[in-house]
Amino acid sequence: MQEIKASMAGSVWKIVANVGDSVEEGQDIVILESMKMEIPIAAESAGTVNELKVAEGDFVNEGDVLAIVE
Amino acid sequence: MSNLEELQARISKIEKGGKDKYHKSNEEKGKLFVRKRLDLLFDEGMNIEDAFFANCMDDDLPSDGVVTGIGKINGQDVCVMANDSTVKAGSWGKRTVEKILRIQETAEKMELPMVYLVDSAGARITDQIEMFPGRRGAGRIFHNQIKLSGRVPQVCLLFGPSAAGGAYIPAFCDVVIMVDGNASMYLGSPRMAEKVIGEKVTLEEMGGANMHCTVSGVGDVLVKSEQDAITYAQKYLSYFPANFRSKPQAIEAKGAKPSEKTINELIPENQNAPFNMYDLIDQTIDEGSFCEIKKKFAPELITGLARIDGNSVGIIANQPRVKGGVLFTDSADKAAKFIQLCDAFNIPLLFLTDVPGFMIGTKVERQGIIRHGAKMLSAMSEVTVPKISVIVRKAYGAGLYAMSGPAFEPDCCLAFPNAQIAVMGPEAAVNAVEANKIAQLPEKERAAYIKQKQDEYKENIDIYRLASEMVIDAVIDPNTLREELMKRLSVYAAKNITFTERKHGVYPV
Repeated sequence: MQEIKASMAGSVWKIVANVGDSVEEGQDIVILESMKMEIPIAAESAGTVNELKVAEGDFVNEGDVLAIVE
Repeated sequence: MSNLEELQARISKIEKGGKDKYHKSNEEKGKLFVRKRLDLLFDEGMNIEDAFFANCMDDDLPSDGVVTGIGKINGQDVCVMANDSTVKAGSWGKRTVEKILRIQETAEKMELPMVYLVDSAGARITDQIEMFPGRRGAGRIFHNQIKLSGRVPQVCLLFGPSAAGGAYIPAFCDVVIMVDGNASMYLGSPRMAEKVIGEKVTLEEMGGANMHCTVSGVGDVLVKSEQDAITYAQKYLSYFPANFRSKPQAIEAKGAKPSEKTINELIPENQNAPFNMYDLIDQTIDEGSFCEIKKKFAPELITGLARIDGNSVGIIANQPRVKGGVLFTDSADKAAKFIQLCDAFNIPLLFLTDVPGFMIGTKVERQGIIRHGAKMLSAMSEVTVPKISVIVRKAYGAGLYAMSGPAFEPDCCLAFPNAQIAVMGPEAAVNAVEANKIAQLPEKERAAYIKQKQDEYKENIDIYRLASEMVIDAVIDPNTLREELMKRLSVYAAKNITFTERKHGVYPV
């Protein structure tokens, strides 16, 4: 199980994976918006998206868990 | 036994290092014997070895647990000290310390690079009066390292532990290469931490190679095996001269890595969309020449040595793919050391800028982002090597300054046609200046008004306007970047300036 965490503070701009999706290593799960930039947050290894912990528009802090990939 | 037979017998015994069981346990961990490591490191073995017989009156301490000598790497003489962990776990006695001091002092006199192959449990507490506090005690090793810093390259290959005081050897080196799983650094062991402060933690969490290369930044390069560590060190040293008096040697030039996309196609027009800066670096440098430092630490900023037309160059590049390329405390720290490293050894610097600025918010203010950012500016500002600034896409706020903006005397500031240089981006600027006005407008008119103001702002910071004001020296076709750099680096190689006259600055560390 891997926790997909926010690399920096910002808001959730787009969620680009659905629960149940199988994802590859390096595939984007969530795109944050911070400092006016799109910040893609990717899976560290291949797996299946088990849970999404945030919704589009949420504010997240650095280190907050965004999704769980099994 | 004749004289010569006795000599030979003593040599054979000492050469074997410590007891078989320690050789065996090292082998199980994938650790090579110290003399094997040195064979792999040098072009043709070690040429000169001194104090081989150190502590030879004691049968249990061959060479007193450290090998010191000189051999060639890439044809260049290099001084080396290498712990032997089969002898009392590579711990330091009186003669161990003296041997290390002498090889450092040889490196200083001959102005040769100094390489440290570290695998040591630290001080022999039983010998502490002889090796710890005095003028020729272990503290002197660090004093010598600090004196050597910037005079000659200092490289640390960490194959095992580097504990307590010993952990300062890597700290004072220019670069620290750590073997995953075996290398570690810590002031207090997990056992000590549990006893003294009550913390329960594994060695890997406390001071493992992966932790140091990703979190603390004390490690620079994480490798899988000892052979990989040695190969990296050999490649790394090829970019450097023997000392600060000379220039790095050029090698035969290679073309850039062939690519399906041109640089212009790589860079999204939308300033806010990410792209992979490594792809741009690939098209700028000689194929296969990138030697990255701190790849896993603060990856929002890329630092590494490379070659352009066969010549050494140090690259500092924002990575929009990670954290938007925003500068943080760790990235500023990483840049400051890398810039000092290149400047010390006459390696020109290339800044590839695509930066939204320094991070804001309470978290980074509490970490002292102003102080860390100042450190980066300070290092970049006082550089006397050729310094080229390329605005790839955006350079906002103090990000422009930190990435060697025009005010910091780069030899040139080049920009791509869609570059934006400003205090802040259009969205943020319109928000800052027009917030009250926007709030007063009826809801349905707001979007159009914001768009209009943003367009006006973009026009105001148009790159040709900045070129007209001579803020930048040239607007170039991105696809000609490599040729442009080759021409300029060849001219700027003649640069010979002094930054200012003083003892030293008071650095914002």
